[in-house]
Amino acid sequence: MKLDGGQALIKSLEMEGVETIFGLPGGAILPVYDPIIDSPIRHILVRHEQGAGHMAEGYAHATGRPGVAMVTSGPGATNIVTPLADAYMDSIPMVVITGQVATSALGTDAFQEADITGITMGVTKHNFLVTEAADIPRTIREAFHIATTGRPGPVLVDIPKDIVDPNNPRSAMDWYWPDTVDLPGYHPVTRGDPAMIRRAAELILASERPVIYAGGGILKARAAEALRALAETCDLSVVTTLMARGAFPDDHPLCLGMPGMHGNYTAVTAMQEADLLIALGSRFDDRVTGKLDGFAPGAKIIHVDIDPAELGKVRRPDAGIAGDCRLVIEDLLVAIAELGGPETQPDRSAWKSKMSGWQETYPVTYEMNEPGELLKPQFVLETLRDSTPDDCIVASGVGQHQMWASQYWRFNHPYTWINSGGLGTMGFAVPAAIGAKVGRPDRMVWAVDGDGCFQMTAQELVTAASERIPVKIAILNNAYLGMVRQWQEMFYDERYSEVYLSPDLPDYKMWAEAMGCIGMRVESPEEVQPAIDKANEIDDRPVVIDFRTDAREKVYPMVPSGKANSEIVVDPALGQGGR
Amino acid sequence: MMALETKQHILTVLVENKPGVLARVAGLFARRGFNIFSLAVAPTDDERFSRITVTVDVASAPLEQVIKQLDKLVNVVRIDELAPEAAVERELLLATVTSPPESRSRVVELVGMFEGRILGVGSTEVTVSLDGSPAKVDDFERLLREFGIVALQRTGRVVLPRLDEIND
Repeated sequence: MKLDGGQALIKSLEMEGVETIFGLPGGAILPVYDPIIDSPIRHILVRHEQGAGHMAEGYAHATGRPGVAMVTSGPGATNIVTPLADAYMDSIPMVVITGQVATSALGTDAFQEADITGITMGVTKHNFLVTEAADIPRTIREAFHIATTGRPGPVLVDIPKDIVDPNNPRSAMDWYWPDTVDLPGYHPVTRGDPAMIRRAAELILASERPVIYAGGGILKARAAEALRALAETCDLSVVTTLMARGAFPDDHPLCLGMPGMHGNYTAVTAMQEADLLIALGSRFDDRVTGKLDGFAPGAKIIHVDIDPAELGKVRRPDAGIAGDCRLVIEDLLVAIAELGGPETQPDRSAWKSKMSGWQETYPVTYEMNEPGELLKPQFVLETLRDSTPDDCIVASGVGQHQMWASQYWRFNHPYTWINSGGLGTMGFAVPAAIGAKVGRPDRMVWAVDGDGCFQMTAQELVTAASERIPVKIAILNNAYLGMVRQWQEMFYDERYSEVYLSPDLPDYKMWAEAMGCIGMRVESPEEVQPAIDKANEIDDRPVVIDFRTDAREKVYPMVPSGKANSEIVVDPALGQGGR
Repeated sequence: MMALETKQHILTVLVENKPGVLARVAGLFARRGFNIFSLAVAPTDDERFSRITVTVDVASAPLEQVIKQLDKLVNVVRIDELAPEAAVERELLLATVTSPPESRSRVVELVGMFEGRILGVGSTEVTVSLDGSPAKVDDFERLLREFGIVALQRTGRVVLPRLDEIND
């Protein structure tokens, strides 16, 4: 079958099972947009290429399938660099197709030319510049294989215009679809080393104060059930990192919640005082460990990760296992049984009662506002949490609202929490929520956003309104870049430098309505519930609620930057937090 | 990092023979702030692959991480780290030195002692070449400098494992 390169590209995406492309056309990618008209693939026309990238990420987070975005060359391509970097940091499977100037014009500073493979080398798992039409099917096959296997990540495929333009003889090709991929340098490990797994089982059975440190890799490996089996079999408490919220149910008696800079006291302190950390798909991020040489000083380390480069990168493990989390946990359970099972474990009742004591003494808490004061953001989140289904998907931006959402929500299902963890990309929430809703139209999707974040990517609500994607946005509008304000208050003597945004410039309600959404404003506690109820009933267009919140509210607990986790500061209302 | 002892490490990296591979490999070193001391790239006997030989001055702990990161590159097939004592190393030097007729015999004598070659002779300059171990090439270069260097180029090291190491 004779095809041109553009047809071959779209057909290749169909062969990969792609249902949705998030994108925006332009000169160099024009020939590929023509065959989209005849394809069953849904194309969602974004208003800014960054939106396409974050939508593809949100889609991938919610479905586990690779997100796909397509943009033109030059500025189209550079606008999607941030989502690529975001997906790289958080190991999100994503394939981005970029248009490129014709092969004969490469390197000539042609109109809308950018060296996007050079630019994105450090923020993609891999990238390709395709120079022959005949290479398109093979390259697309390889791109999806690389994006979705091993440690997932973003892959960029750069397509010069001449090899997809039907008017150019260079675009002619004979259609084929490769059965296999030939990548001699790419062989992700999946099975863990049996000797190391046995060593890990011995460490678990001998431990008096074990804690499972579950990371985003649990979700990538579809290992939530395996994690639960391990925790319940050996009676192990579990912390879930920012990237792993939902990987283990918050309502489970063994769940300690989120550790890290804004983790709860019990999760942070249990890790500090553990004699064994069982790190599963986590990477000892600086926001989790705090000052490294003060982190979990008495703990031996089991570290399971599909990426061998993570083992020993930050903390040297006593048992380092390269492999897929689900397969390794399953093998670990077999090894534990072979060694005599959980009956051989030491008595851990003293350790468990110590942890429940911390939970009682230092809960995550806040004080309700006095009449006439602005709303407490935590109250808004608690009401929203209690007014939505248990499997509601929550997307967030980056900052105070993100930390409160992670702290106050009860995540009881995997793939219900979508946020930008590693890169910390402000503006992530709105497009990520849209992508998630496209992938999971059966689920209610709320974005929890800050006013600063909202202003960065709000234009994608035009996309959502025109495509009838009914996401719901809760803006916790404190009129500030809140997290920066918090740091300036605590560490810069309350010298507030360039953080004030104003509560009503822009007018968020009117802005929402101008974008085809329902807009609401909420200023007092009694208005919170009715507004959320009203939003939950709307299912034919996006809804935006502007919650006016108290800028003085800070995220607690907090491990100050550069300090050890033992120096955690809890809410002043609880008195002195440290020991 | 300051407290760690740095020493020279030789990596031979087998890569797919594709555009941009060298940039990917070099980029990983640059990202960590490591200086590449010498670099040689050429195809292997299998035309699908090239071999990059790279020498870096770095402490071993961060190097371990760089090797693991290099191994993650899709186009990198295999990495071997060789201690200098476990490697056979060779390097080629080309140099044009000032050599008027009155001092020419001394240049010829030096080249002869090192078993190098005279590649070209001009009225006041000669071009010479030498291949050998990096230490020998260093010595030759230092002695050549006394004549006055007009132009000098070294290839960087190419390396194979020492055979008795393999037979052990």
